[in-house]
Amino acid sequence: MRNEFAATITALGAEDPRVVLLSGDIGNKLFDTFKEVADTRFFNCGVAEANMMGVAAGMALSGLRPVVYTITPFTTTRCLEQIRVDACYHEAPVVIVGTGSGLSYAELGPTHHSLEDMAILRSLPGMTVLAPCDATEVRLGLRAAIAHEGPVYMRIGKKGEPAIHTSPPDFRIGRSITVRSGTDVCLLNAGTMMPVTLAAADLLATKGLSVRVESFHTIKPLDTDLLVEAFAKYKIVGTVEEHSLIGGLYGAVAEWRSAHAGKGAELVGSGTGDAFMHEVGSQDYARARYGLTADEIAGRILARLGAA
Amino acid sequence: MTRPSTRDLEALARRTRLRIIDNSHRTHTPHLASCLSCVDILVAVYFATLHIDPRRPTDPDRDRFILSKGHGAPALFQILAARGFYPEADLESYGKDGGVFAEHPPTPGHLPGIEAATGSLGHGLPIGLGMALAGRIAGRHYNVVALLSDGECNEGSVWEAAMLAAAQKVERLAVVVDFNKWQATGRSQEVMALDPLADKWRAFGWSAVEVDGHDIGRLVELLSKVPNGSGRPVAIIAHTVKGKGVSFMEDDNNWHYRTPTADEVKKAAQELDLA
Repeated sequence: MRNEFAATITALGAEDPRVVLLSGDIGNKLFDTFKEVADTRFFNCGVAEANMMGVAAGMALSGLRPVVYTITPFTTTRCLEQIRVDACYHEAPVVIVGTGSGLSYAELGPTHHSLEDMAILRSLPGMTVLAPCDATEVRLGLRAAIAHEGPVYMRIGKKGEPAIHTSPPDFRIGRSITVRSGTDVCLLNAGTMMPVTLAAADLLATKGLSVRVESFHTIKPLDTDLLVEAFAKYKIVGTVEEHSLIGGLYGAVAEWRSAHAGKGAELVGSGTGDAFMHEVGSQDYARARYGLTADEIAGRILARLGAA
Repeated sequence: MTRPSTRDLEALARRTRLRIIDNSHRTHTPHLASCLSCVDILVAVYFATLHIDPRRPTDPDRDRFILSKGHGAPALFQILAARGFYPEADLESYGKDGGVFAEHPPTPGHLPGIEAATGSLGHGLPIGLGMALAGRIAGRHYNVVALLSDGECNEGSVWEAAMLAAAQKVERLAVVVDFNKWQATGRSQEVMALDPLADKWRAFGWSAVEVDGHDIGRLVELLSKVPNGSGRPVAIIAHTVKGKGVSFMEDDNNWHYRTPTADEVKKAAQELDLA
């Protein structure tokens, strides 16, 4: 995802003279080509994220399309007030990209995990929140974010995530993308968990269940048409995200459901619990510690079906 | 606009002070002393320095001013009206529910002449730096001036911006620090050891100069020399008196939050030769 981000921002930098890239002292060499095509529009803002976000807002208020890029906690919670006041309150079209989101940087410990970012940024008025599931969605999501008139937050993974889409889907902000069709269970996946979500769907298929899988890449605004359909048609709607169950995709869907849906599908969330991880390990290890394996996701769905 | 004489600007500053004081009394708006300390700076900026046209408040080539010490908005609102961004009669809605005139600047789309909504300290300089860099990218030659309070220099984001501005050699950016020696609850030197403030800005790579912040002529002289040829951003450390212009408010930090009585407004008018 990281490399696709670099390729896409470079293409955008060449196409659109409004595009500016601000990096918080990361991406060494990653942006060399961007610097070649847009040498006056790259800024290494140093390890000073609060200022970087304010600078981006000032640029956006002057007609530019700044893209702010650094590791997720530092481009979100570290400078939250600047996002809230300088970007959101001013309705400034700043694109905030968090790299290594979720548990991508599991080995680096909780300082570098981001399991609360969607919950927090989703609560800011006017903010759009995107979680693409593969490199293709990163490319399309970044283009959609640049074209959007307002602040956008996009959380991406690191590198080497498997490709999900074999051909470019119709990516629109607030419009979920169907990855697999099915009739019994509908799994809504936000972001980097998609390979695990698909594996969970495979496991459920072995139990005779037909599972639809959606790349629910926009956490705000929600695709409410899809939610209406899913809660009406399926036995279970499951959410999967590399993020806390508090306030992320699960939280957003639960809020929507409590306000809009009558009787309908059960909602089953798979996300991280309300705890920091004090052991280090690989991303797969960390996901397992939080119950985010295909087995456990499928098990949760089956348990709820059994109880229903 | 032809540049008014310093004497005219001083008279304008006195009238502005009385309007701010009277407004504080009528609408119970606090931060009066913080407003009075920066009136001369605002007059120098808006009436003798900035290249702006109130009829074209979004002209892409305009100079930008950001009141980073957002609690000085009651002063800025008077200045923008006097400069012609909106009729002075609009200020009659001050403090009314549903209006825009209260304690901090609204967002740019909600009041002509406002470049950024401030109120949380430490935001205006980074935003101004972004605007200055945007000007450089676009090949425009406008200046950006940010007015900070000394208490605001407690915020780390101010110094983050100072370092990036110096690294980028943003010479069309100027900071004026309204150095009135007080913050909300104490002497700014005692709370956070600000001194030596001008040296701090110099150490951060800025071209810094100290000035009497009530000497409009000198302020205009300095602000008119941005960029100043040093290749660096410019910091003007303006030594001011909190509550300037009214003897019983000067250097008395109770007026950070207090609002004046009708009788005190009268006394202030006498002291300002406007009774």
